[in-house]
Amino acid sequence: MNTVLPKTLFSIGLFLLAADLTANDLAVRGEMIYTMAGKPIADGVVLIRHGKITRVGAAARIRIPKGVRVLEAKVVTPGLIDVHSTVGLSGIYGGREGQVRDQDQLETSEPLQPDLRPIEAYNVHEPLIEWVRNYGVTTMHTGHGPGAIISGRTLIVKTRGDNAEEAVVEPDTAVAITLGNAVAQNFESPGTRAKGVAMLRTAFLEAQTYANKRKDKEKAPDRDLKKEALVRVLDGDLKAMVTAHTVTDITAALRLQSEFGFDLWLAGASEAYLLTDELRKAKVPVLLHAPMMRAAGERKNATIESANLLAEAGVRFALQTGYEGYVPKTRVLLFEAAIAAAHGLGLEGALRAITVSPAEILGIDDRVGALKRGMDGDVALFNGDPFEYTTQICAVVIEGEVFRDTCR
Amino acid sequence: MRRGLYIGCLMGALAALLWAPGLAIADPAVFRNATIFPISGPAIENGTLVVDDGKIVAIGPTATTSAPPGASVTDLSGKVLTPGMVDTHSHIGGPSGGDASAPLNPEVRSLDAIDVFSDGFWRARAGGITTLNVMPGSGHLMSGQTTYLKIRKDPRRIEDWLFCDDPINGICGSMKMANGTNSIRQKPFPGTRARSAALVRDLFVKGQAYIEKQAKAAADDKDPPDRNLRMEAVAQILRGERRVQFHTHRHNDIMTVLRIAEEFGFQPVLQHATDAWKVADEIAAAGIHASVTYIDSPGGKEEVLGLNMKIGAILETAGVDVSFNTDDNILDSRRFLRYGALNVRNGMSQAKALEALTLAGARALGLESRVGSLEPGKDADFVVLSGAPFSVYTKVKQTWVEGDASSIAAILSIGNTRSVASRFTMAM
Repeated sequence: MNTVLPKTLFSIGLFLLAADLTANDLAVRGEMIYTMAGKPIADGVVLIRHGKITRVGAAARIRIPKGVRVLEAKVVTPGLIDVHSTVGLSGIYGGREGQVRDQDQLETSEPLQPDLRPIEAYNVHEPLIEWVRNYGVTTMHTGHGPGAIISGRTLIVKTRGDNAEEAVVEPDTAVAITLGNAVAQNFESPGTRAKGVAMLRTAFLEAQTYANKRKDKEKAPDRDLKKEALVRVLDGDLKAMVTAHTVTDITAALRLQSEFGFDLWLAGASEAYLLTDELRKAKVPVLLHAPMMRAAGERKNATIESANLLAEAGVRFALQTGYEGYVPKTRVLLFEAAIAAAHGLGLEGALRAITVSPAEILGIDDRVGALKRGMDGDVALFNGDPFEYTTQICAVVIEGEVFRDTCR
Repeated sequence: MRRGLYIGCLMGALAALLWAPGLAIADPAVFRNATIFPISGPAIENGTLVVDDGKIVAIGPTATTSAPPGASVTDLSGKVLTPGMVDTHSHIGGPSGGDASAPLNPEVRSLDAIDVFSDGFWRARAGGITTLNVMPGSGHLMSGQTTYLKIRKDPRRIEDWLFCDDPINGICGSMKMANGTNSIRQKPFPGTRARSAALVRDLFVKGQAYIEKQAKAAADDKDPPDRNLRMEAVAQILRGERRVQFHTHRHNDIMTVLRIAEEFGFQPVLQHATDAWKVADEIAAAGIHASVTYIDSPGGKEEVLGLNMKIGAILETAGVDVSFNTDDNILDSRRFLRYGALNVRNGMSQAKALEALTLAGARALGLESRVGSLEPGKDADFVVLSGAPFSVYTKVKQTWVEGDASSIAAILSIGNTRSVASRFTMAM
């Protein structure tokens, strides 16, 4: 009796160990591994256990445990991170009326709605999520889009999960603000860019007043969800993601930041390359427009070389896919970064702009964006230079789970 | 101040490039030591192209292709030469078609509406495109006549760019048609697919009657019937003189195009053809060309959910003649090569993908005797690439149209040239 129990426990332990080996344990071997945490490793291995990276290094120095599935590829990178998308709120149909309404990224009943939480709108089964995951995106900052002075809030997700809670990395990240005359297309007022800024300043001032009054428990005003959200922005608990394209609007965003002291992320930013000194001094990160974004209207001075111009000027940035009003319903981050790579940024620069840079800007670099011990086992595998048109992506791994293993 | 200067310099540099009198060459001109993809034949590793008076006069291996006496010689070692590319579907220059008054507009000519100073044409040249089919949109069953253009240097008016000799009475393009959901609208437009087909068949039946009346009048030696601009254009289609570029996405809409084309004996080109991979054998059997707009992700409406990245490979295997198009500004003309490259990524042969950007596009427009390949007697439209045609790192260095070139690096990098172009125009 005394000897049986330990034996049984030992057997159960072995069984659990065996089960663990098949669940989210994986070895990835690459002819070249871009870890984004140091120099690339030729003929390297990434070991993943329980969904987390346990070892990264030269294949000669790492023993792959028996029974662990091994994926091999020419080039291995961290799972890609889209620093700003609307996928999951915006859907594949583009439907705004009738039976198919899958454009939840913009609510046009009011121009300022900081109370809109993304978690209620994120559709984890949206087909576009699988589409972007198939091209390497494992993490995305998504949610409410451009088009209103404040369209709502955003969240960070992994591109997987059977419900929003399972997908979430961070449920509440930023309020989505838009400056410029594009907002006027969706609302009666603001009809001009100056009016938009005035409405935004008024809202933040009211939030300041509300926060001060709430401190006095005797005379505290009733809770107000809109003002609460803006107080969180003023407290640094939520970021202010401001979509602004022209020099005029980017400068207005910087001016608002000076006035209210919030943490500013500049999104879109077609003309950011004309304000690099200001952006560097203000230490404002840029969630830069997709290099293949259509250059029209307020975005008319966008250049394919934007990413490299910002990199050379020392401005922090990452590449976004953003929101598309028409087609494609989502841009493909890998394809967009390829254009930046080919127009001055180079392979490693472009890779940085869709891995470690967005992780740092989003404040999730302790989990994703690089291949090193302790990080999530999020990996992308390619059969060549990831950015070459004719290279294929052959596997996408999220926390040790293999999501595709055929090249496309 | 400094930045103002920077923009000024940028604009200045770009204007200077636009102003540059091209890389004007003395005739005859010889381009040596390039890797040449003639399309009409196998690639020539170290090739020479000889151009005279805007036409190709010789092409072959450098070792066996001699330079005519007095020719200017350009060394293109390390560079790649392809034909000027042919875009079968573009909206550059803002061509308008019919208005909201009618779903069928055979008499409306896009050539009356195209702005030759549109910066989009510079983007097209920056992408290596030299021949364009500029079309009205897809919001009508028949939105109007399309226009074939050659983007020659220094245009003043649309006449400078036409392929046809007579813009008043000649046939200067195809006819744009559409089915599926874009052309389903409020009255007087159709409300269903079947109604759409019925309206189109009714128009062609009337066209047949018009032709019969003309023939009968001729046979009876009587005055022809009164001219009817609508019926004249429909009759051109029925007589096989004018092609139809047919916007169509879903598999059953594609089959509708095939059925109506067979009934009335005209020659359609399937435009977009999103679901063509589902009915590839039927398209191949009908001998009908498919011109694909290759989008990075599916959706935007129900009828395009069938987007398949392997479409080029599947159509190639089925034996369908395939070209690619930009539908600019749906896709950016500056990256035309990209769509061939992505199809190679998805299983199409490099040879067919290159052909799809050049000679196949020319066939879709019936212009293959003039453009689309590098052969003696054809127009001297060609592109100088920095490297392999389907590498993302390759740049279009020069685009030559009938012996004139523009250097286009600046246009590639600057998103918008409108402000510069308008200054340029005012200066002229």
